[in-house]
Amino acid sequence: MNDNAKARFNGFLLSAAHKIGLFLAMAVICLPGLWIVLASFRPTVEIMAKPPVWIPRDLSFDAYIAMFSGVGQGGIPVIEYFRNSVIISVTSTAIALALGMAGGYAFARFRFKAKSSIFLGLMLTRTVPGIALSLPLFFVYSKLGIIDTHFGLIVAYVALNVPFTIWLIDGFFRQVPKDLAEAAQIDGCTRWQAFWQVEFPLAGPGIASAGIFAFLTSWNEFALASQLTRSVNSKTLPVGLLDYTAEFTIDWRGMCALAVIMIIPALVLTFIVQKHLVSGLTSGAVKG
Amino acid sequence: MKGWRPPAPFLLLLPAVLVLAAVVIIPLILSLYSSFTPFRLTQPASLYTFVGFRNYARILTDLEFWTAFGRTVLLLTVALNVEMLLGLGLAMLVEKATRGQRLLRTIMMFPMMFSPILVGFQFKFMFNDNIGLVNNALQSLGLTNQAIPWLIDGSLAFFAILVAEVWSSTSVFAILILAGLLAMPKEPIEAARVDGCTPWQTFRYVTWPFIMPFAYIAMTIRSLDVARAYDIVKIMTDGGPAKRTELLWTLVSRTAYADARMGLANAMAYVAILLSIVFTVYFFRKLSAARTQIAAEW
Repeated sequence: MNDNAKARFNGFLLSAAHKIGLFLAMAVICLPGLWIVLASFRPTVEIMAKPPVWIPRDLSFDAYIAMFSGVGQGGIPVIEYFRNSVIISVTSTAIALALGMAGGYAFARFRFKAKSSIFLGLMLTRTVPGIALSLPLFFVYSKLGIIDTHFGLIVAYVALNVPFTIWLIDGFFRQVPKDLAEAAQIDGCTRWQAFWQVEFPLAGPGIASAGIFAFLTSWNEFALASQLTRSVNSKTLPVGLLDYTAEFTIDWRGMCALAVIMIIPALVLTFIVQKHLVSGLTSGAVKG
Repeated sequence: MKGWRPPAPFLLLLPAVLVLAAVVIIPLILSLYSSFTPFRLTQPASLYTFVGFRNYARILTDLEFWTAFGRTVLLLTVALNVEMLLGLGLAMLVEKATRGQRLLRTIMMFPMMFSPILVGFQFKFMFNDNIGLVNNALQSLGLTNQAIPWLIDGSLAFFAILVAEVWSSTSVFAILILAGLLAMPKEPIEAARVDGCTPWQTFRYVTWPFIMPFAYIAMTIRSLDVARAYDIVKIMTDGGPAKRTELLWTLVSRTAYADARMGLANAMAYVAILLSIVFTVYFFRKLSAARTQIAAEW
């Protein structure tokens, strides 16, 4: 009886510790983001207040209104930045997906010489740090005259994303049993038809999440964009964040507001992608 | 059934290889060449003077460079280990949760959607000595009276950068390790318990070998992208104060764009690239070793 009560008490302690640990971990994860969102709605006086104001007294959309009110009135060309970001991210994602599907299919369905070294070689191109790549790219682009154009950044981002999309899509195609496509081919489909009618729909959700991942990479990229863009012609949102910094001061409120604008699309897309992303990355791991 | 075109995989891979060659390989060859010249952006003619290994020789004896190099390796080692441990802990906490696991997993992915540059700003804001959340909280709790100069003192700044880096990347580990825990068959654990293993032994000899490949996938993904720390450091301290948080990548960008010494910067960049490659190849090999182990055991 006594042992029983003791065991139950221990169990209770353990589950309480677990709940507290979980809560603390989630708080640490969420807090920095929420603080940014909160700061974007507060007046600058309150952000700067000493002693700190913990409970916001007046919330307003002033930062957002100022941001959209155009250059010269405390605003930045946020609509242009947003447009550039969308054009560059969407186009480069679409191209990277097409190339990634071709490459991933090759790795998942064919045997060929030096397969694993080719795979590793493709991955290694991704390890080149953006800033190291930006030096020669800057030079080449300025010779070709494509600095500060959408085209230049799109090409760079396609190259940035292709290795990873190949990895992900390879995993998704491997999850689709080979027999299905073969059965379709026996039933009279060409390989091309079998791919589009059988394998593609089955791997579809996975491919979509590879696309979202590629989109997020381009959406968030800074090291290359900061060197290869110059003006509103091609500046993306991450580079635009720097508009709020001056030599010694930072407009925290405006920056937080822009940050919120940057996060919302990423947030929505990540929630859609989450389930498939993990299965794509891990599918090769257990089955080998 | 093979396709009617013999080199089908070749054709399928060709476009990807072409793009990578155009954007990565050829520029890298160019930068390899220019690392043997005293090339300065302001003097285009200097691209054609060949100086052999002079840039590399200068790097070898450059104390500033090796300090940055050592600091980069230190940051990566500490960050990756801490991320791994925290990720493991987080994954196990979430796996144990009986309710709301879907919601927890979603929250767990939260930091992944933050652009590294945003993470930089966010933590610069939070660690601000005057108005930052961290100092405000410490002062309100009465733990300290003065404003701790988080981003102004060298080692505190390094710590702040580490925190930002760990915050932004722990979720990669947590999510993949959680995937491993969820995919794990339950029988071996029960068998181990029946055979009288302690919880620690069960974890060490049953659970851990199983989730190891997942941890290595996370490591590999991270090492593909280690240089994202550049964005964070660039914003938080930009290598300062007095170069005490200078990493390889910030040093490269300063040498290239502020000092306009492209040749020297390219030589440094090559060392940075080699470092990334070493990290990636190391984890790729670990990954395949862990995979074979799993295949043999299960």
